[in-house]
Order: sequence, then structure tokens, then C-alpha cells
Amino acid sequence: MTPRRDAVVRRGLRHVWRGIVEQPGMFTLAVLASSLYGAMTVASAWVIGEITDRVLLPSFADGATTAAALSLAAAAIVAVALLKIVGILGRRLFAGIMSYRLQADYRRRVTRQYLRLPLSWHQRHPTGQLLSNANSDVEASWFFVAPLPFAVGALVMIAITVVALFLTDPLIALVGLVVFPAVFAVNVFYSQVMSPRMQRAQQLRAEVSEIAHESFDAALVVKTLGREESETDRFRARAEELRDSLVAVGRVRGLFDPLMEALPSLGTLAVLLIGAARVADGSTAAGELVSIAYLFTLLALPIRAIGWVLADLPRALAGFDRVTPVLEATGETPYGSERAPAGTGGAAVGVEDVGFAFDGSTRPTLDGVTFDVPAGRTVAIVGPTGSGKSTLAGLLVRLVDPSDGHVLLDGVDLRRLREGEVSDRVAFVAQGTFLFDDTVRGNVTLGADIGDDEVWAALRVAAAAGFVPALPEGLDTRVGERGATLSGGQRQRLALARAIVRRPRLLVLDDATSAVDPSVESRILDALRSSDDPVTVVVVAYRQATIALADEVVWLEHGQVLARGTHDQLLAEVPGYAALVRAYSQAEVAA
Amino acid sequence: MTADEPLLAADTRAEGAFATLRRGLRMMPEFRRGLPVTFALALVATAGRVVVPIAVQQVIDRGLAGGSPDPSLVTRLVLLCALVVLLTAFAVFRMNVRLFRTTETALAGLRVRAFRHVHDLSVLHQQGERRGSLVSRVTSDVDQLSVFMQWGGVLGLISVGQLVVATVVMAFYSWQLTLLVLICFVPLGIAVRWFAKRLAAAYAIVRERVGDVLGAVAESVVGAPTVRAYGVGNRTAARLDAAIGRHYRAQVDAQKVTAAVFVSGEFVAALANAAVVVVGVLLGLGGEISAGTLVAFLFLVTLFVAPVQTASEVLNEAQNAIAGFRRVLDVIDTEPDVRDPAVADPGSVRELPFGPLGVRFDEVSFRYAPGAPKALDGVTLTIEPRRRVAIVGETGSGKTTFAKLVTRLMDPVEGRVLLGSDAAGWVPLDEVAFASLRSRVVMVPQDGFLFDATIAENVRYGRPGMTDAQVAVAFEELGLGAWVEGLSEGVGTAVGQRGESLSAGERQLVAVARAYVADPDLLVLDEATSAVDPATERRLTRALDTLTDGRTTLTIAHRLSTAERADEVLVVDGGRVVQRGTHAELVDADGPYAGLHASWRRSSAGEPEPAIG
Repeated sequence: MTPRRDAVVRRGLRHVWRGIVEQPGMFTLAVLASSLYGAMTVASAWVIGEITDRVLLPSFADGATTAAALSLAAAAIVAVALLKIVGILGRRLFAGIMSYRLQADYRRRVTRQYLRLPLSWHQRHPTGQLLSNANSDVEASWFFVAPLPFAVGALVMIAITVVALFLTDPLIALVGLVVFPAVFAVNVFYSQVMSPRMQRAQQLRAEVSEIAHESFDAALVVKTLGREESETDRFRARAEELRDSLVAVGRVRGLFDPLMEALPSLGTLAVLLIGAARVADGSTAAGELVSIAYLFTLLALPIRAIGWVLADLPRALAGFDRVTPVLEATGETPYGSERAPAGTGGAAVGVEDVGFAFDGSTRPTLDGVTFDVPAGRTVAIVGPTGSGKSTLAGLLVRLVDPSDGHVLLDGVDLRRLREGEVSDRVAFVAQGTFLFDDTVRGNVTLGADIGDDEVWAALRVAAAAGFVPALPEGLDTRVGERGATLSGGQRQRLALARAIVRRPRLLVLDDATSAVDPSVESRILDALRSSDDPVTVVVVAYRQATIALADEVVWLEHGQVLARGTHDQLLAEVPGYAALVRAYSQAEVAA
Repeated sequence: MTADEPLLAADTRAEGAFATLRRGLRMMPEFRRGLPVTFALALVATAGRVVVPIAVQQVIDRGLAGGSPDPSLVTRLVLLCALVVLLTAFAVFRMNVRLFRTTETALAGLRVRAFRHVHDLSVLHQQGERRGSLVSRVTSDVDQLSVFMQWGGVLGLISVGQLVVATVVMAFYSWQLTLLVLICFVPLGIAVRWFAKRLAAAYAIVRERVGDVLGAVAESVVGAPTVRAYGVGNRTAARLDAAIGRHYRAQVDAQKVTAAVFVSGEFVAALANAAVVVVGVLLGLGGEISAGTLVAFLFLVTLFVAPVQTASEVLNEAQNAIAGFRRVLDVIDTEPDVRDPAVADPGSVRELPFGPLGVRFDEVSFRYAPGAPKALDGVTLTIEPRRRVAIVGETGSGKTTFAKLVTRLMDPVEGRVLLGSDAAGWVPLDEVAFASLRSRVVMVPQDGFLFDATIAENVRYGRPGMTDAQVAVAFEELGLGAWVEGLSEGVGTAVGQRGESLSAGERQLVAVARAYVADPDLLVLDEATSAVDPATERRLTRALDTLTDGRTTLTIAHRLSTAERADEVLVVDGGRVVQRGTHAELVDADGPYAGLHASWRRSSAGEPEPAIG
């Protein structure tokens, strides 16, 4: 046995122990129920034996019987069966609850981490991976728990049997000492041979799925270039690899099942062979031998439960190994203790010598960025793709913290403010609009205590008051997962209303109006600026019309502020700026 | 949401489990191959399963009875039994391996067939948001079937065999008692349907709750910036907890039903045992059976009961697996709305005429669903070969429909679309073999999808067999040589998943090269709306000029410059072509084009006309 394989068993047992320690109550109940089941399994055989000896044989011998004897026999059978049923129900229910509680519990812990960990952590992990960590990986981690109490009950039964064997006849007991470890060894061997094959099959399943996803996403390209057959060939190659790996899995499993069935039978036969000689020389009574042989056959099923647990452990470990890094990830957003200066209307924003680099990146995304936005002013951030505009927007609302320098709100560094202070004062509308699977109202208020009048007012400013009443249930219409029932422009306008309804002192829009008609966009920005006590707006913009509305434009290139000024100034003075703005105008929808 | 709406036409059929199985077996001929041998092995396996305990019983009764065992008899019996045990084990092993091989082969075939068929279904490109559920039909649904076959299917099959064998042996001992046992199990047999329904309902709720959990988790991951920016972590946590709690309760409820179903077999078995004792004794007193027969019969009843319990265990998994099976079969059973005439009607199939291709619409109408308003309404027009035509119009005006009809992604509801020229003749599109059509007519979709491969492989997709050097030459011809050489590995640069290592504009450059090497005679371009940085924009414009040079080109235009450069502009509104002419003619004429133009100018805030163009 290689050390690595050895480690799988040891780590597996530690994982089992973890599950037991976290749900001791349910585990105890399930083991007790399993024991009741085991005891009643033995009892049912004993009852049949007793009935044979005390009711059947005397009746046939006497040629007569009594109603009382018969009904007692029937009642005994049913009574034992009912107790056995209680055992089965208890075992299944408690073991199920134990497994489901562990799943639910770990799901909560994992998703708590998602909410707690900083955005920079999220950016390092693909969405698909985080989704499967919380779902299938957690499920795989605790799947083995369902047959666990049964298996533990089986271990207890084996221990009792071995003791009983030694008390009856040490020589026959040796058979047990060969057969039970053999069963165990086969199980361990099985789980070790199986786990790499299962992993390979799982891997191939994922690859088959990836090809299907990619190919279906490429439907238009595939179809219009007439490449359906070559796509099918690509899919077939991987599907056949998967098939071969599943057949390989099946071959191992196909051998394991009959082996596990044959071993106890062979053990019984060995007991009989040795036992017959022992009975012949008078060391053991025939009756005892029969009961031992019977015990062997009874143990066959519970022993298999041990196999089920062991077989599932590699998968459980693999799942848990993927969950653990999430649970152990550190890097909380540290909050300060200060409150933001009181005040209404716009807040002043200061960006002082800010640098930012993504983890593992050698080139900074932002480098020495300095500018300020006086309270109530509107500033547009303009720059080519990859210049760091979105990163800058994220820094202003403290989605991430700068590597160097400071971001100030009314003169206070964002990092010195206590939790909730920034989100109470600053509203952010991201590039990719995100809506919750909730009602229109829920998406605007996000659970805050905001009256419908205010919601409607915000919808009006966001130019959403037109389409919301037309929805089937108005404010109460559910928008579907990520707002799937709405158009892109409608989603953006709801996201804007969500920001506006909070009466933020700073509003950061990261290309948040790209799907909104330009004239509507101008109206929205005008409404935001024209109030008596205007909000400070920082907008990452592409459209000339939007940019022209800003009091000042910050021209960003390669993470640095290369120019600042009004739109007209920059057009006249900065050639790169003029070229970019014109190119974007060109790209505008003609329709 | 459209979640409970059927995805495919075939989904609406109501069908029992057995009907699904029959339909499935018809579609999986691989499944029947070698079946007789497998069945023979199954027979040996089931017989062995019944014989082994009986043989052990015989050793005990005959060899040890009366307290004075006969060691030589015991030895012979034990060896014989051991042989039976080993033989049975071997038969089970061989049977398992054969079954796994045939089922996996059959399922792989089914998976590939379904995959191929999905590409023929218009739902794939009409309803992009439902692609995920199509993917699951060729992945998780088939996986579920395969898992079921590996874990439950074989077990269920042997159990049924054991049930039959046990019944026959029981009847051999006493037909009266056999009848009694069967009568005891009749209520269970009837209840099975009800149980199945309860189980299906309970697990349907579990699946729904799983979906809620998935949705809630996705919100906490995808919506992470929003959750943080608005400080609504607690609210999101509460929603997650609620979804997880509901899922947990549904799981426990389902477990209760499962446990209840499982123990009902146990209970009926006890009743049967009790009844056999009582009735057996009475029969014995009447001289019908002997004591030995009765004892043996009690033993046989346990052999009968075990498979019944196994079957009830497998039942639930079988329900899910069959539901998945049905979803896969429905894919294959759904008729594609656009069929390749080379497949559908090989007799009347035609080739496109050689030379440049024009487009002719003859009273063409289209609607996306019966009863829906017409997306195109009686359009008649001819586009001469080698013209570059821009189609403009508001969102929903019908301009995309236009492109889909020309490329035969859909067929018109009324009228015909023809390709060809006055010189070479016009051929109705629905009579052209796909092989001919796809090699002559190429569409560059708005999102020029790139595969997770190198640039060269993505370009080669337009013309298989090209070398990397030839691909590099193609980029050179398109004026993109400098750009592609500037990448880290030239044409060998990997583009990442969905081309994400490239910018949106660069992806378009590759898509243009892909169309260029396909060398079509008719080109349909669906222009991207996304913003592109100026340098890429200039490259794209140049590359498009080369690509469209000398080819009939239909461009669904989103940019004014495209309309300005076109030989001709078609303005589509309300499903009709309302204006046609050059940009210069239309911009001053009365009609929607002037309005579109003005709207564009507004959005550029009165800036002078762009320099490029």
C-alpha cells in the first residue's frame, strides 16, 4: 500500500469523525436505531426458530393446535417486525437529518464567507467554481453520512459476533478473524482502485459538458459555417472517452458486488466445514454451530454498509478539499471607527496619489491617480479599454482598497469609516447591471424601509416610471433571476432607481446607462444635477452626450490621469481624447 | 419566467414510464446487442442467488442434523456449495461488465445523437437564454441515467429475476401458501403507483428548492459588487438562510416518504410470514403439507421479500432517471423547423448557381410564433449580386429577421427567398442542400463567438485544413498582419474561453478573418453594437472593406458610417422595407431614415461628422 493511499483512509476517517462531532445527537439516535434494527434482525430469526420448535413441530406431531398458540406466533412475528420497522425508520430519518443538517450548515458557512470575503478574493475565483463549492462540493462532502450509522452499527455487530465466536469455539472464531478482515480489506482496496477512476469519469463529465456549452453557445457560427458534423465529432470523441471510463468504473464495481456477496457465504461454508469436525469430536454442539453459521449470513448486509461509506469517502474528501479553502480563506475588509461628516447634498471626493495592482500582476492598473470632485459636481472618467476606469470606480465606493494612496469622502479616508458608513452615503451602479430575483420594489429598496412614493419618485428620475406600470403586477412584479424578464435598458434603469432612491451624497455610475437611449440618459443626468442640493456624480462614460454634461472630464490612460478639464478643452488639447470620443460616437447605434 | 414552459414541442407529451422505455429502446439499437448472453448470465446469477442460501441450509439440515455430523458428507456438500458460490459470483461479474458496457455504449450513442440534433433546432439560436437547459439534456440527464444503470439498474434487474425464481420455487413447495404470500403483496403492488407519485412529488419539491438555493448562491457570487456597494450583506445572508432552510426541510420531508415506502415492504413481509405460519399449520393439520415443507417455505419467503425491498429502494431513482431519459428522447423526437433538403428530400435537391449571388424576396412574411405579430410582412425585393447593402431600422423593426431568413436559420411563413442572379437563374433557398448553402453564404453574427483555442484554429473553423501559415497570410491580406504578429504567439495565440483574452473588437477581427477564409459569395454581417477602441476600430473597418470587396453583402447596420459607405440602404420599419436608396438620397428625403440620422447626431452632441468613413 502506498503512503498516499494510506493517507486517503486516514484522512477519510478523520473526515467521518468531523461529521460525527458536528452532529453528535442525530448520530447517536441513528446508531441506536441501527442497533435496534440489528437486534430485531437477529430476533426475527430467533422468533422463527422458536415458533418452529414450540408451535409448528408440536402441532404437526400432535395433529392439533390451539388458536391461542397460533395467534401468539403471528403476534410475535408482527411485533418483532414492527420494532424492526421502528429501527429502520429511525436509522433512515436520523441519518438523513444528520446528512442534510451538515449540508445546510456548510452551505451557510460557505456562503457567509462569500459575503464576508473582499471583492478581490471574488475576482480571483471563477464564478462557476464558487457556485459548485457551495452546492455540489458541499453535497459530496456529506453524502456518505446516510449509510454511516448503519456501518457503525455493523462494526458493533461484528465485534459482538467475534466475542461470541471466541466464547463458543476459538477455532471457529479464527474463520471470523479471516473473513471479516478480508471483507474490510476488499472494501478498502475497492475504494482505492475506484477513486481515481471515479475522478477521471467526473473530470470527463465536466469536459463533455464544457464542449456542449461551448458548442451550443457557438450555435450561430456552427450553423452558418455548416460545421455541425465536425462539432459532433468533437463531442463524440469526448463522449466516447467518458463511456470508456465509465465502463472501467463498471468493471471494478461489477467485480466488487459479487465478491462482497460471496465472501460471507464462503465464510459460512468454512464455519460448517471446521464446525462439523468440531461437532464430531464433541468440542462444539451442533445447535451452536447452526446459530454461528446463521450469524455469518445475517452480517452480510450490514458489512456492505461499511463498504458504502468507504466507497464514498474519496468523493467526500475531494469535495471537502474544495470547500476547505473557502472556509479557511482570510482577508476581511477592515473597517475604521469614524463616522462620515454629517451633511446633505453632494459629498466632496478626493483621490490622492492612488495606485492599484491586481494580485499577481506586475503592472499596476492605476498609478498615482490624483483628482478631486467638489461637492455637487459631475465628473466624467474617460479612457480607452483597459485604462483602469472600472477599477477607479470600484475604489470610490470601496469595493476594493487602493494599494497606495487614499480615497477620501468629505476629507475622510474611506478605510477609517465604520462599516455601513460608505454604503449609506455612496451609491454605485455597476457596468453589468445586477438585479435580485425579487420584485421591482424589492430591487429598488433592497429591503430598506422606503415608501412607495419615494420608490416612484426614484423610478421617475431613472426614466423607469414609464414601463413599470405596464408590468403585470407593477411594483410587485418579480423580475426573475438576475432580472431575466426585463430588457437590458429596463434593468439598467431599475438599477439606477435603486441608487437614486437612497439619496446618496455620491453617485458612481460605471457605464451604467449603455443600454438606455441617449436622450433618456441625458434626461436622467440632468435630473440628478438640477436639484437644489445636487448629488456628486462620478460617471464612467463613452457617449459624447454624457461626457458633455460633466463639469469636468478626467482623461485616464494606462492607469494614469493624463489630462483634466472640460470636454471642449480636452477635445481641443488632447489628440488621443478627441480620437477616442469620436470613435465611440461612431460606434453609436444608428437606430 | 419561462421556466415551466416546455422547451421543445415534444416536451408536452404525457407518457408513462414504460412508454418512455419502449421509445428509448427503439432509439438505442446498441442496447440490444449481445443481450441473449447477458440474459443467460443473469439467469445463472439469479438462480445462484436462490441456490446459495438453500445449499447452506441443506448442509446444516443434512450434514449436521441429529447432533452426529457426517464429516465426509459435510465436506462434499460444502465443496459443492463453494463451487456454486464461486460460479454465481463469476456469472454476476460477467453479467455486470456486459451490462455496463452495453448501457454505456448505448447512452454514449444517445448523447451524441441528441447533441447533433440540438444543433438542428432553432430554439438554440432563437432563445439563447435557454441554452443551459439544452446542455443539461446532453449532460446531466444522460449522466443521471448512467449513474442509475451503474448503481440501481443492475440491482433492480437481478431483483426482478430473483422474485420470479423465488415465486416458482415457492409454488413448487406449496401453491396454496404461494398464493397466500402473493395476496399479501397485492396491496403493496397497488400502492407502488401511489408511492411512486408521492416520491416523485416530494423529490420535485426538493429539486425546486435546490434551484432556489442555486439562485440565492448565484446572487451572492455574481451580485457580490452590488451586495457590497449597498451594504446589504445581512439581507442577502437572510435570503440564503431561508433558501437553505427550505431546501433542508424539503429533503427531510422527502426522506420521510422514502423511509415510509421502504418499511411498507418490511411490514407486508411480516404479515406474510405470520399468515404462512397460521395457514401453514392449518394446512398441515389438514394433511396438505408436511412440517419440513412449512419450515422450508418460511425460509423461501425471505428470499421473496428481499428483492421486493430492493425494488422499492430502486423505484425512486428509477423515477428520476426515466424523467431524464424522457427529456433526452424529446430532444431527438423534436422535428427541426428548418430541414436540410439533402436529407429530407434528396430527389429534388439543388446546387446554387456558380458566380456571384443576389438575393430575392418574394412576398416574404415571418412570425416568431403562431398568433404573434408579423416580424416581416410581405416583403418583395431584389438585391443584385455584388451590391453592398446596409439594413437599418429600430430595434424590433425586422432587420435581424431579414438576415436569419437569408441564411436559412428560419424559413418564411409565407413567400419564398431565392438566391442567384438573372444571368444564372434563381434557386429557392429551401431546395438548396445545406452543404452548398453553407459554403456559399456566410454570416458573421453580432457576437462573433470564438472557441477556446488558438486564433489559427478559430480562423480555420471557416475553412478546415488551412495551415497556420495560410491563416497568417489571410490576416496579412485583411491588413491585420501587424496586429496578429503583435500578439504574444501570433496566430498561435490562445484566445481563452469564449475568446475572453481578446477585447471585444479583437474578437471581431478574428471573426472577420474566419468569414474571409470561408470565401463566401454572399455575406451577411450583423454589426456589433459594443464600443471598440479607436485603433481596433480602424483595423476592423479596413478588414471589413477587404472582406466585402466583390461580394454581395447584407449588413445589419448599427453605425451610421456603415450606412454611409453602403451602395444602398434599406430602411426597415414594422416588418416592411419603407425606404431604399443611397445614404445621400435618403438623408434629405422624408421618412424614417432622416429621423434615425438625426437621433445619431443628437447622441454625438452636435459634434462634427466623424473623420473616419
